[in-house]
Amino acid sequence: MNDKMKRKVDLEKVINKYKAEKGGIISVLQEINREYGYLSEDALKLVAKKLDVPLIQVYSIATFYTAFSLKPRGRHLINVCLGTACFVKGGNRILEKLERELGIKAGETTKELRYSLDTVHCIGCCSLAPVIRIDEDAYGRLKQEKVPEILKKHK
Amino acid sequence: MKIKNLKDLEELKIKGLESLYPKRTKINVGLGTCGIATGARAVFDSIADEIEKQGIDALVGKTGCLGFCQREPLVDVWQPGKSRIIYCQMDPEKARDLVTGLAQGKTRKEWALCRMEEEEFIIENTKKKYSIKEKDGKDIPLYREIPFYRKQKKIALRNCGFMNPENIEEYIARGGYFSLARVLSRLKEEEVIEEIKNSGLRGRGGAGFPTGLKWKFCRDARGEPKYIICNADEGDPGAYMDRSILEGDPHSVLEGMVIGAYAIGSHEGYIYVRNEYPLAAQSVERAIRQAEEYGLLGENIFNSGFNFRIRISQGAGAFVCGEETALLASIEGKIGEPRPRPPFPAERGLWDKPTNINNVKTWANVPVIIARGADWYSKMGTAKSKGTMVFSLVGKINNTGLVEVPMGIKLREMIYDIGEGIPEGKKFKAVQTGGPSGGCIPSELADLEVDYEKLTQAGSMMGSGGMVVMDEDTCMVNVAKYFLNFTKDESCGKCTPCREGIKRMLEILDDISKGKAKETDLELLETLARVVKDASLCALGGTAPNPVLTTLRYFRNEYEAHIKDKKCPAHICPDLIHYSIDKEKCTGCGLCLKECPQTAISGEKKKPHSIDKSKCIKCGVCFEVCNFDAVEID
Amino acid sequence: MLNLTIDGKKVSVEKGTTVLHAARKLGIEIPTLCYHEGVSPYGACRVCLVEVVKGIKTGLTTSCTCLAEEGMEVKSDSPRVLESRKLMVELLLARCPEAEKVKDLARKMGIEGVRFKREDKECILCGLCVRVCQEIIEASVIGFINRGANREVETPFQAQSDVCIGCGACSSVCPTEAIKIKEMFDKRILETWHTELELKSCKICGRYFVPKKELEHLKEKIELPEDIFEICTDCKRKSLTGKIGEIKTGAI
Repeated sequence: MNDKMKRKVDLEKVINKYKAEKGGIISVLQEINREYGYLSEDALKLVAKKLDVPLIQVYSIATFYTAFSLKPRGRHLINVCLGTACFVKGGNRILEKLERELGIKAGETTKELRYSLDTVHCIGCCSLAPVIRIDEDAYGRLKQEKVPEILKKHK
Repeated sequence: MKIKNLKDLEELKIKGLESLYPKRTKINVGLGTCGIATGARAVFDSIADEIEKQGIDALVGKTGCLGFCQREPLVDVWQPGKSRIIYCQMDPEKARDLVTGLAQGKTRKEWALCRMEEEEFIIENTKKKYSIKEKDGKDIPLYREIPFYRKQKKIALRNCGFMNPENIEEYIARGGYFSLARVLSRLKEEEVIEEIKNSGLRGRGGAGFPTGLKWKFCRDARGEPKYIICNADEGDPGAYMDRSILEGDPHSVLEGMVIGAYAIGSHEGYIYVRNEYPLAAQSVERAIRQAEEYGLLGENIFNSGFNFRIRISQGAGAFVCGEETALLASIEGKIGEPRPRPPFPAERGLWDKPTNINNVKTWANVPVIIARGADWYSKMGTAKSKGTMVFSLVGKINNTGLVEVPMGIKLREMIYDIGEGIPEGKKFKAVQTGGPSGGCIPSELADLEVDYEKLTQAGSMMGSGGMVVMDEDTCMVNVAKYFLNFTKDESCGKCTPCREGIKRMLEILDDISKGKAKETDLELLETLARVVKDASLCALGGTAPNPVLTTLRYFRNEYEAHIKDKKCPAHICPDLIHYSIDKEKCTGCGLCLKECPQTAISGEKKKPHSIDKSKCIKCGVCFEVCNFDAVEID
Repeated sequence: MLNLTIDGKKVSVEKGTTVLHAARKLGIEIPTLCYHEGVSPYGACRVCLVEVVKGIKTGLTTSCTCLAEEGMEVKSDSPRVLESRKLMVELLLARCPEAEKVKDLARKMGIEGVRFKREDKECILCGLCVRVCQEIIEASVIGFINRGANREVETPFQAQSDVCIGCGACSSVCPTEAIKIKEMFDKRILETWHTELELKSCKICGRYFVPKKELEHLKEKIELPEDIFEICTDCKRKSLTGKIGEIKTGAI
């Protein structure tokens, strides 16, 4: 079985898991987004077909919620918190530093697909502001000059 | 096992107490999200490792967050018959030392935050006393003496940090599920609603609607089935107490929901958890499974014939889903677009059926009110705002963390007593409450007694309890711009005032911050703010102008300085400031030169440096790294 | 029947009537943009705002979604209402400066000039096309994508849609003529929806007259003799006139 086929089997499994649940479509998309890092056109079409909902409804949902990405993402997802506490404590400076370091803007992915840079409105670590989260790890009380060494930890 | 009666519950309580207070040393590590962010997992691992390596007779346990997030990682040491000591700002190295010391009977005072003299079991109205005579601990301040904790009264946060959230028996040991047992065996549905009504409890998530009344509306509404929802879409930036409760004490929310479900006549519930809180979602999921195993959720709860099940619905990143009708749309698998109210969810909610939605904190309060009674609860707080409120005290303040205090506390007490003032001796300028729906309250109103009414009168609101402190270095135009940027991103885009109006307000604010605005723009900004507030479909648009309106009301001179003098008094707005180096103070250490991304700084080693203004992008890194205060902003 | 007053005038309406219809019954004109009789009300454009007095509280609400209640007191011409409506139109005009219907409303309301930076969009996001496509045609081709200031009406992936039948109902209901459709020989091109559809030629005159997909869609929905779908409207009319002629002669 080639890779593409295998993926399709997996996708169907995910869809079937939530099929019986009322309103399960968002859960389906979440799991696919988690597993594959993004929602491909094929995946969205399959979800629409299997759940018997109009494709536009699936596409609407996929573009409405920020948790979903329609483009492949980098191996490491960097979320810069821009909640109020982080904002007050200079979170946007950390974002600018990351943008300069990585040569991409928020919402973009580096060419070699290593990092995706995003902003998030509060991850609830306000006491440690300014905070960023790389994959599962949160880093608090940041300063611009600490950014390069943190990036080195996630290669 | 399935719990069928009080006797079963009492038996589990004994087991839970043994787990909370074992006959040997127990070292608890706070493993909430903020603990983990400061390295608590590594601390936990090194403690476990050291205990094993040294073969010490001790346990290591996990707890939720004790609220003093500033001092994380927190480690709490229980030793039978000895002082209970909480250590702060631990790291793996210190943790190893601590374990070694404990084995030799030593206390590490220098790392201690406080000693617990007693622990309040709020549900039972009892106190567990600890030894405070022990000689090693006598210089360590008592829990009640710590400014951060002194004025606190923990009801919603009663268990956070004091128990293992993964252990249902520990929850039971602290009085958990006894209120539910009482409700199901002795109280009629109406009596429960009456009790909640009389307690004066109001919604802790936003506008503060009376909870008992909300329950009654849903109970009286026609239609089956009825749904119960816990709104855990804690979207206000700067507020994270719901996360802390779900992570540190998930059963308190479940118990509250079952009680509510019984009173309203519902058999199905949802907890709508924010996407950004993966740990909270896991914690609730685990708690639901446990409660089902013990017969506290599911079929025939407490052998009473009452059925109730709870499902988790996870958000996908949309602030607007905190709004009731958008939240319902999201659970139904649609985009989070609000619809006009009426009909209210109590009449037509989830899948058009009667639905009752309450916030995490509201649910967590319910078991305590049932246990201690409406009279006891309503004695706390102010005339119209009863009980306590959990605030997240963050921003430019010395002590940051979660604070639960009776309603009516003065802002001054929050900032100066609990928070111990502003760092670096700076001036307190304003406090922002209520998130993007709230406003900025200036230092002149420091004597304001915080409750629903007073905050609204001041132009702000309670919201979910975020309290972000701002000092003199905060530009209020920039703050207003920040919030409108937030609401612009988070607006669903359905109605004209919210989608178009906020965009236009932001354009004006942007012009102001760049020194490009005219004086008449302020008038236009005010008109827009007023009408967007009035004409929007839902509460997101209806409150989005508040940050602008309050900053205009209290800090108008700052707006005028940007417009007339082309100056940003707080030295924040990049287009209106310049960086330069004070030749007297500069030692020529070269640190700024090294960090400057634009090579805008030049100078020989050990000689004063200078900044080329044409190259400078005002990133501020030179200002941050300078150890001699030589970089100036004007 | 429910009794309410609008601008001091009493009116009785059936339960389930909106304030907008109650006002129309009284001859009170309330402007609308996102409202259409044929589809469910949406309450998005906020141009039909009215003030509803409830005890000591009064609030603005959209008359197209607000149901009449017994004893309700509505103001449709208070300064608060007029100021809000005017600003709604000004905001929409700044977004779509060339939209005739918005320009018209602005003129009627006495809006002189727009105080905001002009954009050059054509769509006011009223969502009528979306609702018609979903509720009436039952095709669900288009919908809202993105959110907030980035919201748009689009097809999935902003590309040719497999389910569009090319009926053009979206275009005919659009208040701002934002949906562009043109025909080129044997094709109907729905530019806005990135979609091109083949047309069917009339069995009689040979003219291309209807997208093949629309015909298929109709056949599924309505049971009618097969040949009714084969002839263009003009020829149908002609043949019908012929038939009527025959009947008339026969009758004499």
